[in-house]
Amino acid sequence: MKPFAYHQPDQIPDAAKLLTSIEDSKLVAGGMTLIPTLKQRLASPAALIDLSKLAGLKGISDGGTTITIGAMTPHAEVAASKLVQAKIPALAALASMIGDPAVRSRGTIGGSVANNDPAADYPAGVLGLGATIVTSTREVAADKFFLGLFETALQPGEIITAIRFPLPLKAGYAKFKAPASRYALVGVLVAKFADGVRVAVTGAGPGVFRVPPMEQALSQNFDPSAIAAIKIDTDGLTSDIHAEADYRAHLVTVMAKRAVDAALG
Amino acid sequence: MGNVIGIGAAPKRKEDQRFLTGRGNYVSDIKRPGMAAGVFVRSPHGHAILRGIDKSAALAASGVVAVLTGDDVAADGLGSLPCGWGITDAKGVPMKEPPFPMLAQGKVRFVGDMVAFVVAETVEQANSAAELLKIDYEVLPSVVGVLDAVHPGAPQLFDDVPNNICCDWELGDKSAVETAFRKAAHVAKLSLVNNRLIGNPMEPRAAIAEYEPGTDRYTLWSTSQFPHVVRFLMGALVLKIPQHKLRVVAPDVGGGFGVKQFHYGEEAVITWAARRVMRPIKWVASRSEGYVSDRHGRDHVTEAELALDETGKFLAFRVKTLANMGGYLSTFGPNIPTNLYGPLLSGVYTMPAIYCNVKVVFTNTVPVDAYRGAGRPEATFVLERIVDVAAAEMGIDRVEIRRRNMIPKEAYPYQTPVLVQYDSGDPMGCLDGALAAADVKNFGARKAASQRKGKFRGLGYSTYVEACGLAPSRFAGRLGARGGLYESATVRVHPTGQVTVMIGTHNHGQGHETTFAQIVSDKLGVAFENVDIVFGDTDRVQFGMGTYGSRSLVVGGAALSKAADKVIVKGKKIAAHLLEAAEVDIQFEAGKFSVAGTDRTKTFEEIAGAAYVPHDYPLEVLEPGLEEQAYYDPVNFTYPGGCHIAEVEVDPETGTVTLVNYTAVDDVGTVINPMIVEGQLHGGIVQGVGQALYENAVYDDGSGQLLSGSLMDYCMPRADHLPMMKVATHSTLCTHTPMGVKGCGEVGTIGSPAAVINAVVDALSHLGVTHVDMPATPNRIWRLLQNASLPVAAE
Ligand SMILES: Cc1cc2nc3c(=O)[nH]c(=O)nc-3n(C[C@H](O)[C@H](O)[C@H](O)COP(=O)(O)OP(=O)(O)OC[C@H]3O[C@@H](n4cnc5c(N)ncnc54)[C@H](O)[C@@H]3O)c2cc1C
Repeated sequence: MKPFAYHQPDQIPDAAKLLTSIEDSKLVAGGMTLIPTLKQRLASPAALIDLSKLAGLKGISDGGTTITIGAMTPHAEVAASKLVQAKIPALAALASMIGDPAVRSRGTIGGSVANNDPAADYPAGVLGLGATIVTSTREVAADKFFLGLFETALQPGEIITAIRFPLPLKAGYAKFKAPASRYALVGVLVAKFADGVRVAVTGAGPGVFRVPPMEQALSQNFDPSAIAAIKIDTDGLTSDIHAEADYRAHLVTVMAKRAVDAALG
Repeated sequence: MGNVIGIGAAPKRKEDQRFLTGRGNYVSDIKRPGMAAGVFVRSPHGHAILRGIDKSAALAASGVVAVLTGDDVAADGLGSLPCGWGITDAKGVPMKEPPFPMLAQGKVRFVGDMVAFVVAETVEQANSAAELLKIDYEVLPSVVGVLDAVHPGAPQLFDDVPNNICCDWELGDKSAVETAFRKAAHVAKLSLVNNRLIGNPMEPRAAIAEYEPGTDRYTLWSTSQFPHVVRFLMGALVLKIPQHKLRVVAPDVGGGFGVKQFHYGEEAVITWAARRVMRPIKWVASRSEGYVSDRHGRDHVTEAELALDETGKFLAFRVKTLANMGGYLSTFGPNIPTNLYGPLLSGVYTMPAIYCNVKVVFTNTVPVDAYRGAGRPEATFVLERIVDVAAAEMGIDRVEIRRRNMIPKEAYPYQTPVLVQYDSGDPMGCLDGALAAADVKNFGARKAASQRKGKFRGLGYSTYVEACGLAPSRFAGRLGARGGLYESATVRVHPTGQVTVMIGTHNHGQGHETTFAQIVSDKLGVAFENVDIVFGDTDRVQFGMGTYGSRSLVVGGAALSKAADKVIVKGKKIAAHLLEAAEVDIQFEAGKFSVAGTDRTKTFEEIAGAAYVPHDYPLEVLEPGLEEQAYYDPVNFTYPGGCHIAEVEVDPETGTVTLVNYTAVDDVGTVINPMIVEGQLHGGIVQGVGQALYENAVYDDGSGQLLSGSLMDYCMPRADHLPMMKVATHSTLCTHTPMGVKGCGEVGTIGSPAAVINAVVDALSHLGVTHVDMPATPNRIWRLLQNASLPVAAE
């Protein structure tokens, strides 16, 4: 780890100003992803701007037809939230499957969504539930936010402040854990809304994506059998030492069926 | 006065007091005055010509103390890292033994090969300076797999090692085997891969070196399983430091599994550098650094054939293996896939003829050496897999074919056709015990229940024997060992009767401080808490070969037992004088010396006191003091064995294998502490299960990059991968070790991979699957099912 300056602002505008004014500065939330890259010298920012003291970034609030989760809310809190468990149990379940207890008590939803790791769980939850990413400057729909491998719509100086989730009629998440890392080798979130079904897949490709044929089939018939025969094209899927592309494609169907099963309880 | 806690008891481990309260003393806990930090700069290429290194920018960086490279090593005329075993081919031609410089000279041969050592005031400064080194590499193609490496035209690691073959080794009677194959009613064939493993001890390797000009002495603190051997190899052969001027200390060490039983270049570089800069230097490996520098294990490609008569009796076994050595010969490297492999191929069976050919091959990978089990898991895997293949092909039950070929208890001692003679054992007893404990008779019902959930259930057997307690020196010498393999112990009785033992083995998780204290407590009648075990310091311990090959209790414990006997002999002489009796009339029991048939006694403490305050003492014929030493060189290996039964469930939708039951019944000889034996079995089994289902070191061909270079990509077994295990012992006593012990450190790792894979194959056999390579990952199982003869029922 190389030396860096450290700032701990308490207002969002101050944090945003530091982020734009200090060249090569980075936000740090739970640090679970960022700190290891610093230790390995893969990144060496000039300054870290710690989000932990910012007012209004933590906690889960009930908006009646929505649930809003502050960017600095750790995974463990989402997993344990009575509100999330009651209204979107799939999201609480998803949070409970991230990493290990230490990672869940430090890692945050904002950090996970901003990082957009291709094997992270939250991107599937956010995209699958059609959530809105609330930032220091605007609101972005999930469909417009995730742009592929570690890429998002965040602009320089923009800070995620919260994620707002609409309440689905039913939703389920199924994760096939990569044997070593336990990130998602394939994770599928299926959510049923009044106006249709959304299916979002993480882990299988370079970024989270939706599966329109499955969404259509499930909109007709919300049952695992409806998608059992739907095969995902292997083109563009990831192939690595843990799983080949065609195996990942196969797992998408299997996990989607299991997510529907989970949604049906 | 505390209690005697003797052989067979299960006290809590003495050493855990400090470990569990955070008071251990590991290398990286040690701080020396004026200590600088060192980092190693390692090759990012699998294979490259090292054209030159420009150190000027690095030397000018802030805080830098020194930058050393292979040129500096050459200029100082230092030796190559030695190999401790010299094997020969069938014609008696010695193996090719290219030099292994402590910092690369002229060429790098694996990702992680060391090219420079940077010393600075802090680790951060050393790392920053390391980035400033301008290293001119001419990158060459790498070859990482043995099949490719022996191919004509493959990249050559060394100019004088054609086709990268270090040695073409063989064992056994080739023509007898050929004759037997001609007469065979059935021949089973199997090709398999024994996957490459990375040991991953919890504590990464680390070292501190210091030179004291006043006494002209060096001290090296190192995470080593064998400090005296490091002192010898490094002092006598690499750095040319006289033995009496070099102290090697291996304090608390956080796990080894073999990874720390080699002399590493880092140790030599840091010791040499400490004198050059006249300051203590510390180096602590990062976990990632360990992946590309800790010696790896296994990595075989094998073709095996088993000849059987019409009743399923084994007639002959032929095994051809290509064994990966990596880029250089490590300390025990060439010994592992040869001497610790071929002689085990008879297993627990009567096998009239065996022929084994092993080509030992260099590749652009981390050097391969011993890892828990070392050679014996590989041998067991080949044999126990092909027995299952033969049984299936001949339509004989897998247990029945084993029974038909097992060496009966009465036939011991049993001479195999491959050098070794088993002194004792009862494989049938272990098998029967395991069959009962694993509730095999109700397996059918469990399988049917799995079937109803859409899962396939399988049962796998492995009946095995191993050779450990390394080793009879004379025998090992004939096989190519360049050192002795005995052990030593000193029992120092203090004037007040407490005991300190100095022993040459090294405790790094095995519980020796407890086991050895029980032996002393048992023999001398001294309270368990009044015995301390000292190890791991060449200034405190007379000599030793260290801990590996399940040798500590078998060889070290034997030396300890002999030393304790000598204490009793001397104690009797003192007692005879004090009690005014003849020496032959003195009895020693339960910590008391007494005159036979009388009530005249002296306690152990009284005798100790008399030895050190010799006012009333036979000084004319007896030296004062009560301290005895013994060296013990075993007459044979020991041969633990047993039967392991694994039960797995396979999810055909995802290919996931779940280990649902595991049973082990092992013959480890006398059990000193059953709790510790159980712990060793648990740990060993977990590592074998890791090899079978999860662990795999994968290299990218061409570039030689290690693709599984972190815990995020290299899957270690975890608690939630495992069921509660049923572990029991069914012991026969070793006939030649003083206490009848056989060793238990590696049996778990040796018996388990075959049991697990045999269970996976059994679960899938109805689909025509006859073999699964390790690790049986979900992707691999799914692929097999895709290719299998029957369509998979998805639901
Ligand atoms: C051992 C381990 C296992 C893990 N397993 C999983 C897993 O199974 N599934 C999974 O999904 N994840 C997993 N993770 C990742 C974990 O969820 C991380 O916590 C998460 O990816 C990042 O969150 P963080 O709060 O730690 O972010 P940090 O590491 O602090 O930051 C990550 C990145 O996001 C940026 N950032 C942070 N907050 C904001 C914000 N509010 N606005 C804009 N940018 C921001 C930072 O600048 C940085 O670039 C694992 C991590 C570890 C160490």
